[in-house]
Amino acid sequence: MATSQIGKVDTVVDAKGQVCPMPIVMLAKAFKDLAVGQILMLLATDAGAKKDVAAWAEKTGNLLLETSEEGGVLAFYLQKV
Amino acid sequence: MRVQVAIVGGGVGGTLIANRLRHLLHGDARHETNITVYDAHGIHTYQPGWLYVPFARQDPEKLLRPEARLLQQGITLLSGHAGNVQRILPAEKRLLTADGELHGFDYLVLATGSRNAPEDVPGFAEGADHFYSEEASRRLQEKLAHFAGGRIITGVASVPYRCPPAPLEFTFMLEADLRERGLREQTELHYVFPINRPFPIQPVSDFVAPLLEERGITVHTFFNVEAIDPARRIVSSMEGEELPYDLLVLAPPHKGQDVIAASGLGDRDGWIPTDRATLRVKGYEEANIFAVGDATDLPVSKSGSAAHYQGHVVAETIAADVQHRPLQHQYHGRVACFLETGHGQATFLWFDYEHPPKPPKPRRLWHLEKAALNTFYWQLIPPARI
Repeated sequence: MATSQIGKVDTVVDAKGQVCPMPIVMLAKAFKDLAVGQILMLLATDAGAKKDVAAWAEKTGNLLLETSEEGGVLAFYLQKV
Repeated sequence: MRVQVAIVGGGVGGTLIANRLRHLLHGDARHETNITVYDAHGIHTYQPGWLYVPFARQDPEKLLRPEARLLQQGITLLSGHAGNVQRILPAEKRLLTADGELHGFDYLVLATGSRNAPEDVPGFAEGADHFYSEEASRRLQEKLAHFAGGRIITGVASVPYRCPPAPLEFTFMLEADLRERGLREQTELHYVFPINRPFPIQPVSDFVAPLLEERGITVHTFFNVEAIDPARRIVSSMEGEELPYDLLVLAPPHKGQDVIAASGLGDRDGWIPTDRATLRVKGYEEANIFAVGDATDLPVSKSGSAAHYQGHVVAETIAADVQHRPLQHQYHGRVACFLETGHGQATFLWFDYEHPPKPPKPRRLWHLEKAALNTFYWQLIPPARI
């Protein structure tokens, strides 16, 4: 996993091996329980998640801080606004 | 020593495997193998037919057959308490049924299916309708018969759910039905889906999006249903959207069967971790325990079609093993199904793990083929003729 510049991650959602639409559904469910300002890391292996997570963040007005990829695993860092 | 094959569940997968396996066993192997199907209800339901019940185009009674009539001679069916598996003990290779009996097995197939879990969405049971059970589809038929116009929301409450195209099929058929009844002008139609397109598989999404648009159906994407307020008739999403409705028709949340969770074999939602190629239950690869159909956590449709293709793989693998020529057959993710697009037309979806579907233009022919499958299912699929 690439080292992130993000300091503290509050919640990790592991959606590795899950296919669309599961990563987004798992993200939406977990995000509900975050407080404003908290950061969630979503791990996924479904290539489609790249586009879907960015669009989800845009639609919901939350921040996609960073995306990294290593060994076929995507890591998304999202902050609740 | 007789060989004991236990099949838990008498749906598409369990029934097909029992019959196919019996057919594949020859000579001594046939005589020395007991195939037992455990099914508490003893009634086999052709669930895809429920889609047509709300439009009064299918008699729900005709979707039921006694399981005993679908199994070949020589296969044992246990139903009632005797067929109600309460615990699966994989390490001991035993099953405990509700009559207190312990049954040993050499091979075990878990074809337990899924169950509706409306309790997962607050307000669902009181505020939403669906067609994922006989009772619910009958109730929806009543409501549609009395519907005189207003705002209808269709879609999906949460994933995974059985038969992924069904909510879209229902929506297209509803639109056509309202048009035929002269109610389309008085009705607003909305479709909600959890991701940023109306279907998870991109080519299918690209196929249905223009159809939804040309029929005036508004699509709300990134709508993960959080709760339903039956008193105010509002459905709200985790993304913060609220939509008012007069009639709400959503695929309900689904879970694995309780026996899977109670036996410690499922994930958080009761789906069985299953190898995507061998269909062996993960963690018990050497124990000849297989899972098929809705019960698995496989990344394919929860559908009779997936169970059908998986069933052949499991039956061939067990038959080879019993007859001392072990050969692990592989499942490649094959699913084939029709997608009704309304007005007596449909398209056809055919795909596997590596090859996404390329839906052809809707035609009357596909609709007729789907109708033929609905009619001839009993002669074709449970007996494993195809």
